[in-house]
Amino acid sequence: MLRDLLAIKGQALAICLVIASGVAMFVMAMSASLSLADSKDIYYDRYRFADVFAHVKRAPNHLDQRLIQIPGIAQIQTRIVMDVTLNVEGMARPVTGRLISIPEHGQPNLNQLYLKRGRWIEPRQPGEVLVAESFALVHQLNPGDTVTAVINGRFQRLLIVGVALSPEYIIQIPPGHLLPDNQQFGVFWMGQRQLEGAYDMKEAFNHVSIKLLRGANDQAVIKKLDDLLEPYGSLGGYGRDRHVSDQFISDEIRQLQAMAVVAPAIFLFVASFLLNIVISRILGLQREQIGALKAFGYSNWQIGMHYLKLVFAVTLLGVLIGSVCGLWLGKSLTVMYAQFYKFPMFYFRVELWTIFLVTLLSCGAAFLGTWASLRRAADLPPAEAMRPEPPAIYRATLVERLGLGYLLPQIARMILRKLERKPLKAMLNTSGIALAIASLILGSFTLDAVTYIMDFQFRLAQRQDVTLTLLEPTHASALNNIGQLPGVMQTEPFRSVATRLRHGHHHRRVGIMGLPEQGTLFCILNSEEEMVQPPPEGLLLSDKLAQILHVGIGSVVEIEILEGNQAHFRVPVVAIIREYSGTNAYMNLQTLNGLLKEGPVISGAFVKVDTNQQDKLYQTLKETPRVAGVTIKSSALESFEGTIAENLLVMRGFNIMFAAVIAFGVVYNAARISLSEQSRELATLRVIGFSRFEVSSILLGELAILTIMAIPLGCFIGFGFAAFAIQGLDTELYRIPLIVFPQTYGYAVVTVIIAAFVSGLIVRRKIDHLDLVAVLKTKE
Amino acid sequence: MSSAELKELKLKTVFEIRGLTKIYDMGEVKVHALRGIDIDIFESQFVVLLGASGSGKSTLLNILGGLDVPTSGEVTYAGKPLTRFSESALTKYRRKNVGFVFQFYNLIPSLTARENVSLITEIVESPMTPDEALTLVGLYERRHHYPAQLSGGEQQRVAIAREIAKRPQVLLCDEPTGALDVKTGILVLEAVERINRELGTSTIVITHNAIIAEMADRVISLSDGQIVAIRSNQTKMAAHELAW
Repeated sequence: MLRDLLAIKGQALAICLVIASGVAMFVMAMSASLSLADSKDIYYDRYRFADVFAHVKRAPNHLDQRLIQIPGIAQIQTRIVMDVTLNVEGMARPVTGRLISIPEHGQPNLNQLYLKRGRWIEPRQPGEVLVAESFALVHQLNPGDTVTAVINGRFQRLLIVGVALSPEYIIQIPPGHLLPDNQQFGVFWMGQRQLEGAYDMKEAFNHVSIKLLRGANDQAVIKKLDDLLEPYGSLGGYGRDRHVSDQFISDEIRQLQAMAVVAPAIFLFVASFLLNIVISRILGLQREQIGALKAFGYSNWQIGMHYLKLVFAVTLLGVLIGSVCGLWLGKSLTVMYAQFYKFPMFYFRVELWTIFLVTLLSCGAAFLGTWASLRRAADLPPAEAMRPEPPAIYRATLVERLGLGYLLPQIARMILRKLERKPLKAMLNTSGIALAIASLILGSFTLDAVTYIMDFQFRLAQRQDVTLTLLEPTHASALNNIGQLPGVMQTEPFRSVATRLRHGHHHRRVGIMGLPEQGTLFCILNSEEEMVQPPPEGLLLSDKLAQILHVGIGSVVEIEILEGNQAHFRVPVVAIIREYSGTNAYMNLQTLNGLLKEGPVISGAFVKVDTNQQDKLYQTLKETPRVAGVTIKSSALESFEGTIAENLLVMRGFNIMFAAVIAFGVVYNAARISLSEQSRELATLRVIGFSRFEVSSILLGELAILTIMAIPLGCFIGFGFAAFAIQGLDTELYRIPLIVFPQTYGYAVVTVIIAAFVSGLIVRRKIDHLDLVAVLKTKE
Repeated sequence: MSSAELKELKLKTVFEIRGLTKIYDMGEVKVHALRGIDIDIFESQFVVLLGASGSGKSTLLNILGGLDVPTSGEVTYAGKPLTRFSESALTKYRRKNVGFVFQFYNLIPSLTARENVSLITEIVESPMTPDEALTLVGLYERRHHYPAQLSGGEQQRVAIAREIAKRPQVLLCDEPTGALDVKTGILVLEAVERINRELGTSTIVITHNAIIAEMADRVISLSDGQIVAIRSNQTKMAAHELAW
């Protein structure tokens, strides 16, 4: 068996690597997802991460006595959560800070903090805060440093006394954003009494976190909670499934799990057909030997086992290499996660059953791939086996039958007739190469899609540079004041109001955005990237929201205003547009003002800024207490490019490596088999005077045809994979469009062509060293 | 001087072989396949190399055909030092000047008889047409058959047609009838004989079958890597007269 293995060492190695890649990806994805899930679960459990959350405008503290009565609730934590504008030293731009109240003494009941550095706040020490580690790291903030915040219209210096982590903010995503941004958004924890004082919230809260009893129905709890909080301006309760930080990590875990299924499936499929091709060839070559062994009295079983051992040796070696690499990659990925996600402790977990499972799967795939051939060989009667295989029958190819034969040189005929004689084999080889292309596309298109969304969102739809949110809805004349701020070139008002939209028994709490007619800074776009005007009457909904509410154009939706006069209206849906993030509703600004019976009132403005004066503007904004929030578009883009894009690029690197292994494995094997089958013909051509180059072109030509056929197929399958993959990524938070850039196809195709070319060249060297005489003097 | 020898004096030399030695290094043992061969081969002669297996005749033929290089000694082809040719010069030499026929026919199974011949006619200058070459070996009628549809003798004749289509100076045949029965073997020899006679191609045939030597101009006997006898046939027998 060892001798057989040595005889095919190149091919065995190639197959080994294909199996190893599948196994490595499985082990990596499984260990990383288990580690992430484990670290998360332990963190949530130890630090009592809540199950249900709700924001209200203002509710009295004694309400907690009624909340705890709701069946299914184990524990509650009421607190004050406020977003403020911060001035961080060394940072021109204003930053959004989130202040969260904590008890002066000891941990809160829920969402407890892990104090990484420094100390806990002292009671009655004004301005002492704990800062979230991710923000502290980016801004190099340490205990003893200060930042300035505009709290309820007044400046206050915040003294950082400790750096903390919270299960609520494993990843810090600014309000209304899709992606983390540690530069522009930071979480701070501050003493309860101080925040109460600052916001005139004595004995009151605006946020509640709830821990459920084991087995409690969260939807039922949320329903009751909403009923209770309704009079207090509740924006609606939600479970962990809509908690941005948890959602982000859960998505990552889900993607890893998907990778653990898809990747081995592709690789093991390729490995099993490669094994099939190689074993069939060996059996063909050793046909007479098998016949002789059977004639001596070896049983079918013994002969089958001999080759099966060979198959399993290759497979198990692949599993071994793959497991080791997979563990190493899993560990590296986990380290990367530990830097990206903030956990107090990060566990690297390996489950033996995952290795056992992947071994079983690999052996299963190997067995399935080779069993039929082994069975056929073992079943062949000895006398028949000892006779050489009947000569191959060839016929004119399709091209020639079409009368185009005269165009073909003889070498081309050889290649085409050979391929046409065994179409199944050619098809399998082509599909193998196509899978390499497809897996590259699958691994890369997310970056395309996300880049597209970013472009769509931040360059096409949102053309403002800065979004200013005012502390309170204000008369539209404020727009003039904003227009006079330094560097402001253009302004456009908006009115945003918290509402509940209801249609039948479907409802959802959303902010309706009122936009002016003919606005040019904040544009609503349809999926054709065309601008859609907010209709003079009625609502414009994003498709996801329409889907949640089960409405179509013409349906009448009930709007319940959740602030101010709490009025109810019935408004028709006049347009539905495709949006990639959030669940949004838009109206004409004047119409919305009219419904609210409030006159010309705005919540904020979109602003176009002269870049030369932007620092001056930022400085002014930091000192303008009436501005509650400043969102700078460019920092969202920078943060995306700095974190997500970087991580996606790392994944793309892995992806290239693995896809190249498939391409190499398939092409190298195809080339070796082809060389083995044709060595006699190639030697003949050398003898009669063909040059090395001409002879190589037969082999490389065959590979080139297989590869060229694989290109459209691979692109097609890759697109299909991408379409399948985005099904799992359709959430309320965001939708991934099915977008694959031409560059991605190009890069996948070029990568595979290079891999194919290199493997072709390796085999070409074998042609150069063909022993012409020995080949020709042996009988076929 | 015999008349055959007189005739040789007037002929041009195709190969001049001097001190040709070939040693195969088989690890522990060294096998002396050729031990200092000196001989000239003349144009348009029909030469039979006779010898038992292991006598060195195939090694000699392979060196003459540019498939192998000697350990020492010189071979010139038409005055040029064949043994000092580069790899690409050897390829060109095989392509232009030499035709090779082996015991196993080595046809390309995916090409028809005619296409097998076209393989060569596509890459050389002023070849015969494939049809002419097939006519010469009597297989014009079978030109559209694939090798698997031809008998052994027919395949060997296609192989010969393929080799002569380029109008080579030399035709080298290594046991061309080794795998054939007498009747088809003779048909193959007739084809070789006709080419030698009609095209004036110098022909070297290796065989261990002494009867075939009767159709040669010259018979060179090899044993243990050395020439043990050279004889010229005063009267050649025609291939169809042979029987074994």
